[in-house]
Amino acid sequence: MNSVVSAPASVATPQAEEVVRLTDVKRRFGATPALDGVSLTVRKGEILGIIGRSGAGKSTLIRCLNGLEQADSGEIHIEGRNITGLSEKDLQPLRRRIGMIFQHFNLLSAKTVEENVALPLKIEGLGKAERLKRAAELLDLVGLSDKAKAYPSSLSGGQKQRVGIARALAARPALLLSDEATSALDPETTRSILALLKDINQKLGLTILLITHEMEVVRSVADRVAVIDAGRIVEEGQVWSVFANPQAPITQRLLSGIRPQLPEHMAARLSQVAGAEQILSIDMAGPAAQGALFADLSQALPQSFRLVHGGIDHIQDQPVARFFIAVPARDASLPEKVQTFLKARGARVEVLGYDANHA
Amino acid sequence: MTPIMLELLVRSLWETILMTGASGIISLVAGLPLGLALVATARGGIAENPWLNSVLGAIVNGFRSVPFIILLVALIPVTRLIVGTALGTWAAIVPLAIAATPYYARIAEVSLREVDRGLIDAVRAMGGNRWTIIREVLVPEAMPGIVAGFTVTLVTLVGASAMAGAIGAGGLGDLAIRYGYQRFETTVMIAVVIVLIVLVCGIQWLGDRLVARLDHK
Repeated sequence: MNSVVSAPASVATPQAEEVVRLTDVKRRFGATPALDGVSLTVRKGEILGIIGRSGAGKSTLIRCLNGLEQADSGEIHIEGRNITGLSEKDLQPLRRRIGMIFQHFNLLSAKTVEENVALPLKIEGLGKAERLKRAAELLDLVGLSDKAKAYPSSLSGGQKQRVGIARALAARPALLLSDEATSALDPETTRSILALLKDINQKLGLTILLITHEMEVVRSVADRVAVIDAGRIVEEGQVWSVFANPQAPITQRLLSGIRPQLPEHMAARLSQVAGAEQILSIDMAGPAAQGALFADLSQALPQSFRLVHGGIDHIQDQPVARFFIAVPARDASLPEKVQTFLKARGARVEVLGYDANHA
Repeated sequence: MTPIMLELLVRSLWETILMTGASGIISLVAGLPLGLALVATARGGIAENPWLNSVLGAIVNGFRSVPFIILLVALIPVTRLIVGTALGTWAAIVPLAIAATPYYARIAEVSLREVDRGLIDAVRAMGGNRWTIIREVLVPEAMPGIVAGFTVTLVTLVGASAMAGAIGAGGLGDLAIRYGYQRFETTVMIAVVIVLIVLVCGIQWLGDRLVARLDHK
């Protein structure tokens, strides 16, 4: 979909084993479809971010993966096994292969931190000594060894989510589902929780599927992103490449807060009638964005442009650049030449309009 | 107050404690599962069954609608079947327990219903079954409310046991009615009331302390 440049090497190659495969999954609540034919794969070892506005169907989607919600039709394969139509009893052993963390942590208030972490192992039938040993290891992993005997109510939000993560990992799952896990946390705590998830993904090779409404979350941890809107996946791809070239209008809207936009006062003045300056947007990503583009442009075509706004972001170690420039348009051939030059360098150029009022 | 009266007071206190304690324990043992059943079979519950839920609800409501003094008399055949006699302290425990069980079931139901659904989801997502949910989530999380509700039930039973005097069960209430009220022995009346106040305060204090220890929210 996003073929601006070739995809970089990634942890999860297309050949990698699939942990989750959804085929045309549908789910209705009364007359409203929550999932309207979702097909999706999650590959072993990757972090897939599913983003959408509230009510887009992302919660229903994640809950279908461990059978907390049943799909009406379609197939859901987890580690190659079709789980659609399985009874609650048959789902139980399967759910032990899937850890889950929640927006509101969902820790049991009557149990201590270590008892919470050990609970999945108790369900599995492990002895007490073994359970507590494993719980101690996990609390060490999430940096909360000193809180083993504390009750959840005495912890901060970030600490609670760390306990939630430790608990989700206790039974050594093949897949971790994250249901808006950072939405109730402040930005700093969000960053530390996301760093922990990334760390676990790399250390343990754990596959993670996270749903969120925040692009920032996807940006900082995900390898791939799928955008869901009205129960359908409208866009899917490598995070950096979706960020560099969002196709669906909903993706563009979700990204608007995080990508450079034409400053409002300029956007308001924009006209489609030819005027003094032509305003262009330039998008570049990957290797194409690494050259000295503007230096080269001003050398090839002196005085040909004015830099208006923009910047370079780095996503998954890939530069993602987006700039706005103004090109003098009194001579119609200059904008033409600038565009040709930029396109030759691998940039995606869009003419936004003209600014007639600029001196 | 004469030593005989004092002895009578002590004996009545013991009868009240016996009636309250025994019927309280029975209402706990029977009412908590009944409360769990009401929550589990309710719409969206872990063992959804609207039909069973309305049957249980109707039975609970039925028993709760009958005034205790009428239940006391109406249950005489049942009491005779279970205890062998319809008179005395032990005979009073049967109607007291039968009245307290649906009462406590409703109180327990409220506490159990207030357990966050997210916690049930979390344990389901771990692969827990219904029994795990009951044992690890519903009962422990609702425990402060279950204990507080049991305290309320015990205090209510202290009051209800006064009426059990009607079938010769004895107890403090009966003493107050027969001596204090019918024979105008104001001293006995005052003594009984003071003992009852101390008893009720003691139950409430113990209950509150236990709740404070159990509550980690």
